[in-house]
Amino acid sequence: MLTVKDLSCERDDRVLFERLNFTLRAGEVLQIEGQNGSGKTSLLRILCGLSSSFEGDIFWQQDNVHEKPTVYLRQLLYVGHHAGIKASLTAEENLRWMQTLHPLLNRCSITYALKQVGLFGYEDVPCYALSAGQQRRVSLARLYLSAHPLWILDEPFTALDKKGVLEKELLIAQHVRGGGLCILTTHHDFDLPDIAVRRLNLDLLVTA
Amino acid sequence: MSFFVHTLQRDLLLAFRNRNDIVNPLAFFVIVIALFPLAVSPDASVLSTIAPGIIWVAALLATLLSMDGLFKNDFDDGTLEQVLVSPQSLVLLALGKVFSHWLMSGFLLALLSPLLAVMLFLPTQAILALVSSLLLGTPTLSLIGAIGAGLTVGLRKGGVLISLLVLPLYIPVLIFGAGAVQAGVMGMPIAGYLALLGAIMVFSLMFAPFAVAAALKLSIRN
Repeated sequence: MLTVKDLSCERDDRVLFERLNFTLRAGEVLQIEGQNGSGKTSLLRILCGLSSSFEGDIFWQQDNVHEKPTVYLRQLLYVGHHAGIKASLTAEENLRWMQTLHPLLNRCSITYALKQVGLFGYEDVPCYALSAGQQRRVSLARLYLSAHPLWILDEPFTALDKKGVLEKELLIAQHVRGGGLCILTTHHDFDLPDIAVRRLNLDLLVTA
Repeated sequence: MSFFVHTLQRDLLLAFRNRNDIVNPLAFFVIVIALFPLAVSPDASVLSTIAPGIIWVAALLATLLSMDGLFKNDFDDGTLEQVLVSPQSLVLLALGKVFSHWLMSGFLLALLSPLLAVMLFLPTQAILALVSSLLLGTPTLSLIGAIGAGLTVGLRKGGVLISLLVLPLYIPVLIFGAGAVQAGVMGMPIAGYLALLGAIMVFSLMFAPFAVAAALKLSIRN
């Protein structure tokens, strides 16, 4: 359970959002909506502890994230704007490094994850030789590996083709059905079969 | 501790894949030193007097040259922020990266230095002093430089700023390093200089990784 209390963020003297409150329980998806520059990425970075320009509190299972960061970070998988992969390493080496970082990336083998994202046979190709979409797939392969309860995904579908997007949506649905939590931003029409997607619009929040 | 080893392995692999980054500081080191006989004087007595200073200054600048990229690449492709959102310790990451940086710069410079010492007519009895002072001094240069690299990683043009930040802190290492070689030339004991270089290294080894971790957090979270 992730609880956000009175979260406010101000950047360059501009209020992005104020007194934001929400609770996300196991099995729920939250989609953050808003125009470009409305603070979607800022909000996600705050939730991951990657930004300190905020006021308010974040709780993970009743514990303040600020006080027990390691406990929280162990449960959290974040996919950001940057793919987070090294161009001169191969897909397999990149995923192995991610496993070193996150002990919970252990749900299946790397070969299986690469097969799932359609990169079977590309294990030994350095990532700079892959297309933008394929690099994104390498980065997203960790969703298949992940046993983290909480996923925070910032525009995970950029550069993916329609089939890829569909597969990732199914994966998110499967994650949530298994009791996981997911917070994401996307400009795609995003809907999951049989799962109610909660939506938070940052534009409406400021004008309200 | 295993995270330190993994970081080291990964960075050595990356360095091996991008060999240019290793060759750059070494080439700089050799070229700068090779230019002195041409510019100053090819005379053996002149060269051997200034050799300790030249080699040490060149080693210092070569280390500084490669410092800028230490965290920059990881910052740009997002792998650094992935470490921040992982439960792993930034201190061990810093330590692993600095150690790999030293192996690729300071350590290789020290191995190369006897060759350049011969070129500058440095008396043979001073070569041991030169190599050992470089081996003890360059880790400190990498450690202190990493603090500067961590502080400037979020800036678009941090290169010059790193030099301004860390050069003053390099001065003691330069003084004792070049001093050790001078003493070696004159046949005096060098143990005192080496002890001081070692003490500075241990001191920075204890504090710099924490400072680097704090600097990285600061740079990313602003």
